[in-house]
Amino acid sequence: MKQTNNVTKEKTVEKHTLSVLVSYNLNALSRIIGIFSGKGFEIDSISFGSGKKSDLARITITTHGDVQIIEQITKQLNKIIDVVKVNDLTYDSFVDRELALIKVTATRSSRSEIMQIAQVFRAKVIDISPEKLTIEVTGNRDKVNAFIGMLYPFGVDEVARTGSVALKREFDGNV
Amino acid sequence: MAQAKTQTIDSATNKSQTPEPAVLNGAELLIRTLKDIKVDTIFGYPGGAVLPIYDALFDEHDINHVLIRHEQAGAHAADGYARATGKAGVVLVTSGPGGTNTVTGIATAAMDSIPLVVFTGQVPTELIGNDAFQEADIVGITRPITKHNYLVKDVNNLEQVVREAFHVATSGRPGPVLVDLPKDMLNTECRYSGLKKISIPSYKPTEEGHATQISKAAQLLSEAKKPLIYAGGGAVLGEAWEELTAMAERLNIPVTTTLMGLGGFPESKPQSVGMLGMHGTYYANMAMTECDVLLAVGARFDDRVTGRLDGFSPHSKKIHIDIDPSNIGKNVPVDIPIVGDVKKVLPSIDRQATKPDTEKWWDTINTWKREHPLKVPDSETTIKPQLMIERISHYTNGEAIVVTDVGQHQMWAAQHYTFNYPRSFLSSGGLGTMGYGFPAAMGAAFGCPDRTVVCITGDGGFQMTAYELATAVEYEVPLKIAIMNNECLGMVRQWQELFFNKRYSHSILKKGNPDFVKLAESYGAVGLRATNPKEMDEVLEQAMAINDGPVVMDFKVEEHENCYPMVPSGAALNEMVEGDE
Ligand SMILES: Cc1ncc(C[n+]2csc(CCOP(=O)(O)OP(=O)(O)O)c2C)c(N)n1
Ligand SMILES: [Mg+2]
Repeated sequence: MKQTNNVTKEKTVEKHTLSVLVSYNLNALSRIIGIFSGKGFEIDSISFGSGKKSDLARITITTHGDVQIIEQITKQLNKIIDVVKVNDLTYDSFVDRELALIKVTATRSSRSEIMQIAQVFRAKVIDISPEKLTIEVTGNRDKVNAFIGMLYPFGVDEVARTGSVALKREFDGNV
Repeated sequence: MAQAKTQTIDSATNKSQTPEPAVLNGAELLIRTLKDIKVDTIFGYPGGAVLPIYDALFDEHDINHVLIRHEQAGAHAADGYARATGKAGVVLVTSGPGGTNTVTGIATAAMDSIPLVVFTGQVPTELIGNDAFQEADIVGITRPITKHNYLVKDVNNLEQVVREAFHVATSGRPGPVLVDLPKDMLNTECRYSGLKKISIPSYKPTEEGHATQISKAAQLLSEAKKPLIYAGGGAVLGEAWEELTAMAERLNIPVTTTLMGLGGFPESKPQSVGMLGMHGTYYANMAMTECDVLLAVGARFDDRVTGRLDGFSPHSKKIHIDIDPSNIGKNVPVDIPIVGDVKKVLPSIDRQATKPDTEKWWDTINTWKREHPLKVPDSETTIKPQLMIERISHYTNGEAIVVTDVGQHQMWAAQHYTFNYPRSFLSSGGLGTMGYGFPAAMGAAFGCPDRTVVCITGDGGFQMTAYELATAVEYEVPLKIAIMNNECLGMVRQWQELFFNKRYSHSILKKGNPDFVKLAESYGAVGLRATNPKEMDEVLEQAMAINDGPVVMDFKVEEHENCYPMVPSGAALNEMVEGDE
């Protein structure tokens, strides 16, 4: 086959965190999700809430794909009339946090061990009953995953996660 | 000749003479605003939810409402009107089935970036979500096929939304916009404000190209040995034909157009190498394969154009100008991307570029042209499809607006009609919608009453919207409808012959086809038939003389003719099949 210059782009898959500022209406949110489902892009997590002004929402999307796919996602989001700004935070330094509530089986014998693990992760017990503990943890995605992983052996009943929210870091680290 | 008009949103200077009634209802406000935006034609169909609007239209003389016979055709008609005039096409339909019937038409317009504004009725606000009679979530249904859409719950937003809708539809990369209008809102009292400025902070299409990119592009073109311009629908929609022609002539660079770009560069000019792609000319596809610098102008590297990607223009550096950033680098990597309006970017490149030395390149191209021309096979007894197109081109001096349906006839029309004027070849390129041709041609005729409009259609596709003969007769639309009657779904038959062992599964129409002449006559239209080349000339001559209504010409053509050249799917552009002989 002939050597061509059409297939030069890197095809390595990367995780990206996109921060999207959009006017606060459900049609806009549907359009954003529709871009992903309709064009075969991936959503790893998505969170939606009001931004600084109440008529604008900030949506944080974590996704993955090769350079070309991420570029298309950004461009397609920008095309939505209601989208004010799309920031791919991956290229900046940024802070991201996710909150998770985990309901775990805790017998008399395992309860203190679970609470010790929670302490290591700076997680908080927010509900307690004779058989269960509900624990709140915040952190980046990896930390939340690790915490839930540590609880699995005890029996995780239910998990509710917010998905990541993220903002660009102000101080860029140069001194 | 095509008239390029752009809709003006800013109407500060055009206040109407009649005093404003102090209070109107939403429906009257809608019509008042449409008049202000200079909408002259609406393609519509009434129903319960839009009765207030139809009542407001009853005494309206500045807006011509055309009663189409099916909402799909209404959307196609508005699309044809838009493609022919450059203004937004306007559709008005009722809730529920009225809206859902427009979906194919909206999707067709979306794929080809055609400005439409579609108004749909909706059930009263308090009933939305209750599965009320004739309720459909049309905003949800059309979300992926509109550039933007709105549900107007508050009559105080109506005027603003209507103006925005036209602005969004016609600016940047154009596209369809839908506005959903609940019935109670239409009946609510309100005031007309005549507000002028439209500003959507989150929507600002980039029009000026980046200066450094433009210089780089100019330099690349100046140094090219084998340059090629590849012009798409954006060259027509962006009204850049003069700029394109000036540049290609001055720099003496060959120009190929896509199906959507036909007419964006005059095919009679020596620089034209015709259409490229699946059914493009041999020399266009070869030029694409061999060129060393490719300038893409408002094109999107569609798979029907590129053929197999790894064989697409493998030796070229690529410059891509497009108003839509998401088109750039989507299918094919580009060396010099330029986001901007082609009409503005082309002249700036032209100003900086010097004439490249293309003498050898032209020798090669001219040899290809000489050795592999498009062929019109000879026959005294049967009508060859290619000849049919050539005769239509002859009888209209190449000056008609040609509107096609989808299939073999569409490709032959694209190949054998000589297109020298923009906005003169209207065809569903992106979605490939059968049933598009006839209603779109009707829309074009409403938009351009001074031009000859010819619909070239298939015996299959014509039947998908043939009921619009009623509209064409009622409004005395002087349309020439030429049916290329091969008694089959020709393009399907061709693929079955070539790739499915001649197993003609459900593609032969012979038995069920109507007598198209009688069909036309039953609507009160003129019907004519030709079965050989001599009769064809007589029929065309007769048809050209009829100007007070539609003429249906049933041309019985050679049934087994295949459309060549053809790039089989999965093949590279230079792996064309050139035909039987
Ligand atoms: C709505 C729709 N359905 C199906 C197709 C698939 N299709 C493409 S071409 C074609 C045959 C068209 O036949 P005809 O209108 O007679 O035109 P011809 O190819 O014979 O010139 C079909 C079925 C389509 N493009 N659109
Ligand atoms: Mg046919």
